[in-house]
Amino acid sequence: MASVVLSEAEKVYVVHGIQEDLRVDGRGCEDYRCIEVETDVVSNTSGSARVKLGHTDILVGVKAEMGTPKLENPNEGYLEFFVDCSANATPEFEGRGGEELATEIVNTLYRIFSSESTIDVKSLCINPREHCWVLYVDVLLLECGGNLFDAISIAVKAALFNTRIPKVRVLEDEEGSKEIELSDDPYDCIRLNVDNVPCIITLSKIGCRHVVDATLQEEACSLASLLLSVTSRGTFTCMKKLGNGSLDPESIFEMMETGKRVGKTLHASLQKILDKEESLGTTRQKVGFLG
Amino acid sequence: MAGLELLSDEGYRVDGRRAGELRKVRARMGVFAQADGSAYLEQGNTKALAVVYGPHEMRGSRSKALHDRALVNCQYSMATFSTGERKRRPHGDRKSSEMTLHLKQTFEAAILTQLYPRSQIDIYVQILQADGGNYCACVNAATLATIDAGIPMRDYVCACSAGFIEDTPLADLNYVEEAAGGPQVALALLPKSDQIALLEMNSRLHEDHLEQVMEAASKACKDMYAVLDQVVRDHVHEVTTLLGE
Repeated sequence: MASVVLSEAEKVYVVHGIQEDLRVDGRGCEDYRCIEVETDVVSNTSGSARVKLGHTDILVGVKAEMGTPKLENPNEGYLEFFVDCSANATPEFEGRGGEELATEIVNTLYRIFSSESTIDVKSLCINPREHCWVLYVDVLLLECGGNLFDAISIAVKAALFNTRIPKVRVLEDEEGSKEIELSDDPYDCIRLNVDNVPCIITLSKIGCRHVVDATLQEEACSLASLLLSVTSRGTFTCMKKLGNGSLDPESIFEMMETGKRVGKTLHASLQKILDKEESLGTTRQKVGFLG
Repeated sequence: MAGLELLSDEGYRVDGRRAGELRKVRARMGVFAQADGSAYLEQGNTKALAVVYGPHEMRGSRSKALHDRALVNCQYSMATFSTGERKRRPHGDRKSSEMTLHLKQTFEAAILTQLYPRSQIDIYVQILQADGGNYCACVNAATLATIDAGIPMRDYVCACSAGFIEDTPLADLNYVEEAAGGPQVALALLPKSDQIALLEMNSRLHEDHLEQVMEAASKACKDMYAVLDQVVRDHVHEVTTLLGE
């Protein structure tokens, strides 16, 4: 992963500051940096979102394509994730350099979405055993400024909220062969319910306290972090420990409590922004990268 | 739509432009703070993002270092959701490798590499949305990014594509016009000295028409130069105002 090299003095400075609940940029331990979310940035997709969290920049595009359902779930559609660590973020990601990080992120995303309650995949089915919608969620990592997983999960949730899947009708012939007809109206589409889609909260243990939304410098000082996937109601769908250091069980329970609190606030703010964008509809000024 | 007319009788193209008209260009420099230079460019519906790192010490094999000039290392990559049909691999396929080599060739002609011997300049371009003229948008975005990084160049590198339909040369082709299969010329030009950095032609074109098409592409590149120059001046003005007197 992209990382900075810190001297011992800088590390001591960061750790001591955090013990006093004061981080390098003035935030408290449970404060996020300013998050900018914008949906519908790329027009070739069924849904897209761009999230800018400090120096971390993520672009997610969702494309809905027709495919055959998987054998073990014939009445459901499914989601496929793909992560591209672009060389824009750091020259180390050139060629195949970013594949390790990309695989880690993809596996985490699959684990989070493996729970049945996150997305209603039954609504993605068109013809049981024959046709279903496959949602290809493609994540593009443009800049790495720390706290990748949080930003990616926010972007994925926003992109899924923005996804518009065209409505299709299945017509049956006299011979029994089925034809799929796409609705003529381009605005006639089904939307996904993202109320149960979780967001990832990464808590990094620095010294004896833990912080939310670590920057690259803070990540270099932390020995271990806990990755929690929290839904808007405060339930966890996935938990994972990252890093070389070890955590004791008490810290883990404390981090889980913090994660729940922070997660609920994050979901509430995100939903507010998404609803506001939705209410503006076509009158919304699209800024994208030009702002 | 039966018989899609690329050029109507009144002289209008599919998107309502005239034959020699460029698409709307919007650009912004300094998009990313962590990179040495970055730029975002929209040419119609084609969106390209370019990032420059360097000049810095050679990464990887020191043996590839050139003793008298800098090595220009490029990568062209397309987002999987950029095209109408989802693309499986963002980079590494033949088309992307070819584009990478073209970018390298173009920028080696423009950057003053003799000033940085034994070092490396990385230019990474990402296409976010592809609607024709991918290579040209990349070159234009990379020019802005290189200027943003403060790397000295001989001149701007402006690129534009041109085609030939019904005895009329068209400038700046979009995806529909490119997919129609007619002749296409991609031209990368150093506008002040009229030097050509890269010239590529596809399909069949009678040599009598070549001059017309090259003229149209040249003119389009010069129009692009005017736009890019204005973007750079506005950016410098903005930055110096923010820095104070």
